[in-house]
Amino acid sequence: MNRQHYHALSENAIMIDFGKQLSIEKNARILTLAEQIANNPFLGFVESVPSYTTLTVYYNPINFHQDSFKQVCLLLDTYLTEMEENNYQSRIVTIPVCYDESFGFDLEEVASHNNLSTEQVINLHQTNEYHVFFLGFTPGFPFLGGMDARIAAPRKKIPRTNIPAGSVGIAGQQTGIYPIASPGGWQIIGRTPMSLLQIKQQPPTMLKPGDKIKFQSISKQAFLNFTSS
Amino acid sequence: MGIRIIEEGLLTTVQDLGRFGYQSSGFSVSGAMDSWAMQLANIILDNDKGEAVLEMSFIGPSITFEADMIISLTGADMSPKINEKVVKNGKPLSVKNGDTLTLRTAKSGIHCYLAIKGGLDLPNFLNSKSTSLRAQVGGFHGRKLVVGDIIPILTPIQAASFNWSLSPFLFDYISSNDLTIRFLEGRQYDWFTNQSKQHFETEAYQTTTQSDRMGYRLKGMPIHFIHSKELLTEATTFGTIQVPASGQPIILMADRQPTGGYPKIGQVINVDLATLSQVRPSQSFTFLKSTLKEAQTLMNTRQQQLSSLQTFCTLKWKEWDRCK
Repeated sequence: MNRQHYHALSENAIMIDFGKQLSIEKNARILTLAEQIANNPFLGFVESVPSYTTLTVYYNPINFHQDSFKQVCLLLDTYLTEMEENNYQSRIVTIPVCYDESFGFDLEEVASHNNLSTEQVINLHQTNEYHVFFLGFTPGFPFLGGMDARIAAPRKKIPRTNIPAGSVGIAGQQTGIYPIASPGGWQIIGRTPMSLLQIKQQPPTMLKPGDKIKFQSISKQAFLNFTSS
Repeated sequence: MGIRIIEEGLLTTVQDLGRFGYQSSGFSVSGAMDSWAMQLANIILDNDKGEAVLEMSFIGPSITFEADMIISLTGADMSPKINEKVVKNGKPLSVKNGDTLTLRTAKSGIHCYLAIKGGLDLPNFLNSKSTSLRAQVGGFHGRKLVVGDIIPILTPIQAASFNWSLSPFLFDYISSNDLTIRFLEGRQYDWFTNQSKQHFETEAYQTTTQSDRMGYRLKGMPIHFIHSKELLTEATTFGTIQVPASGQPIILMADRQPTGGYPKIGQVINVDLATLSQVRPSQSFTFLKSTLKEAQTLMNTRQQQLSSLQTFCTLKWKEWDRCK
């Protein structure tokens, strides 16, 4: 058992460390492990939470007589040894975004920060394909990788107290979408009319870790039609 | 048929043991801040220990019962009265249709729990009745309770008064003056200077008034990093002690986000979460380092204690059933 990969986050959670660097391949391994545990759970398994370079496994210590940490580590070793190689299937999801200035409050600021026109920012933002590493922060909030460094911009000095649901933003080298209205410091460049939460369905979020997404520019009229349809 | 809020209090929400299975979709676990007191409120009534209850924080509400029922109160002492008559925490209380429970400001601690025998008649959202305030889901319409709300209950029960109660010693942690919160080393424990690690264990910390169900913000000796390093966002849990750039720690509580990007100096051990949740702003406490082995043993002992209290209460209710 290679103990250094395991960290007891608490008495009922083990964080498995997959190493320092983040990559799409590593993310696929993390998500594959998560899926294999979920499909074939050990007694006492509660849930697992992926992040950039870790998978955290929550369990109920009541199911173990003593030293549950050690026993769960041994179980996780077995999953890791028997893990099939990255068979994680990615979907491609297209997300319509209206980059109109009435939604993209900070589009101008992002453009001038990078010496670009607003059209160039929009083009660069919708050219790349993004990878959903995991969801967190708020329900359905995707942590995305793959943004063009030419449109990176620092967070707002004074965070907004309320960013509307659907807002698409940039913070440093990251881009993301706010599924629910929340406070935040991201530079807002547009808004999607698509709901990232579908709380009556399983799963309750539109995006899943491992998905690929593309942004597609739509007009304000298309945005309004989408909302009312 | 239910309980009607006639005076609001400061923050009253419906909570159970939390929403598990959806953290990877970004949903907070939520659930009771003090799950020890919350489970005991249910155990007193022979409910499932994870049945949804009302969590009432800082200032309690006033409630009119719109059916006969049996209730229990645990946790913070909010000077409970039923129809102006003083009643006690920690025992079954029989109330009649039209009776009013009044609660005041907590005398010590923060959170008081009200359980109803048979439970609340509310729908599950993603396997739980816990209110998640930020996402506005679960509990009673995803929000705190306000004047005029009627929370339906499942089973009205008529009963005479009860002459037994749980030992008040079970709730001693709420009024204790000598507060020590034990912790395990966090994953980034080595990121902090030796001096700061020492301060963390010897200096007194207090929670600030900016604290809420998501996190307790601390003030005290600032904690310094050896180098400034960026942490890639990773999982957090109830009791995770994060240190942002300001150096003033934040302890993540029930409504925490599933993931966070601040380095973790420590993790509050499970059996001390109840104590921590009841610490009032400006009340001082100190941290003490524990080990995983000690924390696991304490947690097992606590579980056994809960089971034996459950056995005791179940017996009391069997007697009651026979004598009815």
